[in-house]
Amino acid sequence: MKNIKFILSTLLIILLTTVKSFSLIEVDITRGNLNPLPVAVSPLSIDVKSKKSFENLLKKKDIGEEISLIVENNLRTSGLFNPLNKDAFLQAPDIANLKPRFEDWNLIKAQALITGKVTNIEDKLRVEFRLWDVLAGKEMMALAFTTVPTNWRRVGHIISDKVYERLTGEKGYFDTRIIYVAEEGPKTNRIKKLAIMDQDGENNKFLTLGNELVLTPRFNPTSQMVTYLSYFRNLPRVYLLDIETGMQEVVGDFPGMTFAPRFSPDGKKIIMSFAKDGNSDIYTMDLENRIVEKITNHPSIDTSPSYSPDGKFICFNSDRSGYQQIYVMNSDGTNVKRISFGNGIYGTPVWSPRGDLIAFTKLHKGQFYIGVMRTDGTGERLLTENFYQEAPSWSPNGRVLIFYRETKTDDKGEGFSAKLWSIDLTGYNERLVKTPTDGSDPSWSSLLSD
Amino acid sequence: MKLNKILKNTLLVILACFALSACATKKVSTGQMQSDVYTGTDTVEYLASGVPDRVFFATNESVLTTASRETLRKQAAWLRKNSDVTVVLEGHADERGTREYNLALGERRANAAKDYLMTYGISSDRISVLSYGKERPVDSGSNPLAWSKNRRAVTVKAN
Repeated sequence: MKNIKFILSTLLIILLTTVKSFSLIEVDITRGNLNPLPVAVSPLSIDVKSKKSFENLLKKKDIGEEISLIVENNLRTSGLFNPLNKDAFLQAPDIANLKPRFEDWNLIKAQALITGKVTNIEDKLRVEFRLWDVLAGKEMMALAFTTVPTNWRRVGHIISDKVYERLTGEKGYFDTRIIYVAEEGPKTNRIKKLAIMDQDGENNKFLTLGNELVLTPRFNPTSQMVTYLSYFRNLPRVYLLDIETGMQEVVGDFPGMTFAPRFSPDGKKIIMSFAKDGNSDIYTMDLENRIVEKITNHPSIDTSPSYSPDGKFICFNSDRSGYQQIYVMNSDGTNVKRISFGNGIYGTPVWSPRGDLIAFTKLHKGQFYIGVMRTDGTGERLLTENFYQEAPSWSPNGRVLIFYRETKTDDKGEGFSAKLWSIDLTGYNERLVKTPTDGSDPSWSSLLSD
Repeated sequence: MKLNKILKNTLLVILACFALSACATKKVSTGQMQSDVYTGTDTVEYLASGVPDRVFFATNESVLTTASRETLRKQAAWLRKNSDVTVVLEGHADERGTREYNLALGERRANAAKDYLMTYGISSDRISVLSYGKERPVDSGSNPLAWSKNRRAVTVKAN
């Protein structure tokens, strides 16, 4: 995306002050958070002239308030924060940004306060914001960004990420996007299109027209490329799509179906399955020199491969034991080891970006689960149970999983739907992710502004 | 002999298994399904009179049943008579599996049917294979009978 390049090259992050004082506020994200931190997100203050100009440019009445709403929404959906009702705020946004009256904020039980200011500087959007520790009466962070006005949503996401990082000690996941398959039509003949949207469901865009079936899009972790399966001309093959240019090319042009593609962590290779004569094995293709390597060689179904973040290992799904189980091997295909031994069958293993866990889908006694286990198969933990759900994808900080869920139809075969859902690694904070149509096969991008 | 005893016991266990599975089969047989393979005619289309276009599979299986082999022999006979016809074998799975595994399973099922047609003299270049995984169910129901209709390999005329 041009926007992203622009923001990366021209985004001015000015540290207004470097406050590194030890804070009293800390949010523990390793446990289910039943007492989210009360935070007051004051509307960003804006002068009359800037407000008018941005209203003309962006068709938004009060861009300061709009940006603060994005921050508020992100913090709320994380499940770690409880943004307080703005009606209770006693201090005006512009004054609060200069010097909060901590007693007032304390009175409404806010522990953290976010204030800020928006100005128009030569038709650029300048946003400064501050994070305050209400109890300690101290400023924790102050940052300012200048960017093109149309990037206003991203500014809200970047502020959210900075606040999240400052308060939890881990990188956020708000300035990210989701690529997924948008679905419409009857269950027996679904129309499927590639779609991309911001992590919060805004800026939804369809990338294909729906003329052919498309499945399983996955982001390249290092650039704006996507690999997916397309049934173009009734030949199911792995494709590559450049989101910036819209260029598509076939990469898995083998004499048979290629499917289940993913990028290697450095983005240089695609790993996928190739099915021929009733047997599916795992292959890699180097995108630079197009050299193909066969990684598994077994008469069973080997599919759903996913690299470890250091690129040294691959987890995958195989039915070589009779039923689908999860296996781990070296990236050259040696030293294959089964790691799933629980009751039921296991599929869609995905290695966490932190490297320590593998997320999976499990089918047991007619119910589907999304779960995680350590990379040696120990410590299995099931996060959510449902009639049908599968295909987890990790948030870039490894704290949240997004997946899709399908409903059971009624006696007449009606009532089918497919929706995106997210859940925290803790097993708490399960949420429906809003999409304009039905959706499936979500894949989470890396942090865009990282 | 010890070995003899072990063998005898094993045989007994195997016989017991047979008896049990026979019971199990009887239990779920509804006239439309045997074990969990669909045996009805709903959704079935015909390549020609008396030549059904599809065969059905058990959950997670790609083994051809006796009835499936009979259907495929009819298809092979019809294909031998109509030597200019080429076909696509479309392999399908039910919705109770992960998408990617089902794509592979559909391919495996279609190839099981293709291989059988080839043993009855149909050249491999007249048969192409296309797996849809769980993407194209014929029955939108969420019940065992609907799923059994969806686990199928369908022979479709390509020209």
